[in-house]
Amino acid sequence: MHEIGALSRTGFVIASAIKVVAVFTIVMVAVAMFTWLERRLAAWIQDRLGPNRVGPFGLLQPLADGLKNLLKEESSPGQVSRLYFILAPALAIFPALMTFAVVPFAAPLPTPWGLVEMVVADLPIGILFIMALSSMGVYGVVMAGWASNNKYAFLGGLRASAQMVSYEVSLGLSLVPVFMLVGNVTLTQVVWTQQGEIGLWLALPLGLSFFLFVISAFAETNRLPFDLAEAESELVTGYHTEYSAMKFSMFFIAEYSHVLTASALMATLFLGGWDIPFVKFDDMVVVAPGVVQGAEPAVWKTLLTGLVFAAKTLFFVCVYMWVRWTLPRFRYDQVMHLGWKVLLPTALAYIGLIGTTILVLDRLGLEYGTLYGLVLTGVSLVATAVFLWIIDRDRVIGGAYVPRRVPVGRRVVQPAPQPEPAAGVAGYVHAQST
Amino acid sequence: MAIGVKTVKRPEGTTSYLRATLKGMALTFKHLVNPRKVTLQYPDEKADLSPRWRGTHRMAVHADGRPKCVACGLCPTICPANCIRLVPGEDDQGNRYPVVYEIDEFRCIFCGMCQEVCPVEAIHVGRDYENAEFTRERFVYDLDRLMAQDHEFTLLWDPEDPLSE
Repeated sequence: MHEIGALSRTGFVIASAIKVVAVFTIVMVAVAMFTWLERRLAAWIQDRLGPNRVGPFGLLQPLADGLKNLLKEESSPGQVSRLYFILAPALAIFPALMTFAVVPFAAPLPTPWGLVEMVVADLPIGILFIMALSSMGVYGVVMAGWASNNKYAFLGGLRASAQMVSYEVSLGLSLVPVFMLVGNVTLTQVVWTQQGEIGLWLALPLGLSFFLFVISAFAETNRLPFDLAEAESELVTGYHTEYSAMKFSMFFIAEYSHVLTASALMATLFLGGWDIPFVKFDDMVVVAPGVVQGAEPAVWKTLLTGLVFAAKTLFFVCVYMWVRWTLPRFRYDQVMHLGWKVLLPTALAYIGLIGTTILVLDRLGLEYGTLYGLVLTGVSLVATAVFLWIIDRDRVIGGAYVPRRVPVGRRVVQPAPQPEPAAGVAGYVHAQST
Repeated sequence: MAIGVKTVKRPEGTTSYLRATLKGMALTFKHLVNPRKVTLQYPDEKADLSPRWRGTHRMAVHADGRPKCVACGLCPTICPANCIRLVPGEDDQGNRYPVVYEIDEFRCIFCGMCQEVCPVEAIHVGRDYENAEFTRERFVYDLDRLMAQDHEFTLLWDPEDPLSE
């Protein structure tokens, strides 16, 4: 226990104001840089160069883009419903920016005036707040689609609403094992569990949860392979078809802040947050105002853990982009199939499995610690392997037909139809249906 | 299916979505960390021209700044695109010179026959391709402009062996 001393009431207000401004600035700058990063990564993946002309390595490209968007003409098409048309981008961007408020981004900082927690608002309802706000994000999209009074935008909004509502369910359920293991929904407590109490990043003991959460988060943020809401090849650009200039830019910022928040959440919930792996000097938690349990807080520890948190978040952001430029878009029925028939039952089954394991371990009297986590890791590994084995069978997300239920072992390989398939479909063996 | 949906029978036994996904991710990652260099950053880097490149014309000049052209009229005659306009003149010593010599670079097909036919090696096609202008009129190159061009002559013409002998 280290008594640092709590902030005074005024000090708390000042510190909070500073944190709000700092976090908001960092998020906005990061979002701007992500647009650059995305374009560069996309270019490299496709053997191109990407924006490299404005500033060193093209780093000032977001600035140029922002300036362009500010100076562009605001077009407001005649058929739109004006109030909601203007309201929609705002509704899209607010929840995206607000969710970051509860994410702890560094170790607590000792100052001469008292201990400052490195989280804008350490809400006791942490993750629930995030779930609530992230589901608010869909209103902006739906409203944009509806107010645009355009069939493409409307279809985009429709798809977004159905998709986000569907994946909200598995997103929430995939987090239930985390609550069960941590026993709390406060994000600082989740980080502390991973540092001290269990000593394992939750991606290990709750591996399948992690997997499900990542997939659902991809769907929640409307990113490829789940970007049905803007499906360029079908819907022009979906819900923001009618938007231009800064209003369009707001949707863009909203999307990237969702990506940032989702990445930060993945890092916090499953990769230990700002925890530095394998070392103990950073393992600390604020148990009461100004009182720290574990290691002693220091300024350099705050800075270092902040960097580690940024690195973890950036890693997930890069994964987001890497996936986007690799995988093709799902068909709509496949999205629904995956959400309701694969992720939801899996999440439910996993909750049952983890709940049972926790009950059994408690009954056996195993102490809550690293060994406890390792047992859960074993259970999760088996569960993940089974899940992947099932999903890897070609039938779970198949084509638009009802698969014949033939046991794998007894499947008879049909001889190829005698006239060889035409050159265009060579190598694509059509099973004769008789 | 209630409505007429064409179903594709996929090769069930051999399909694996997960493995295919991972394979794709590995492929893109390979390109991400080690992209092939294919882009030419044009205004900074330029592609090598073919040795047979024939670009916009230039007129060779004498040391005293007169055009080498003797207004013989062979190039407008041979020109398959009929893009050369030549009005010949004669000074008091009986030397012929071009009064008007214009090449419409829009009509020109860059066959290089004007250069081949020229008896005094005056008109040449050049190694040049950045010809953008703001008006169509600017593409009719007059004599002064042809003489002022400073890009290289085409490599098809060897100054050591001007008549290709």
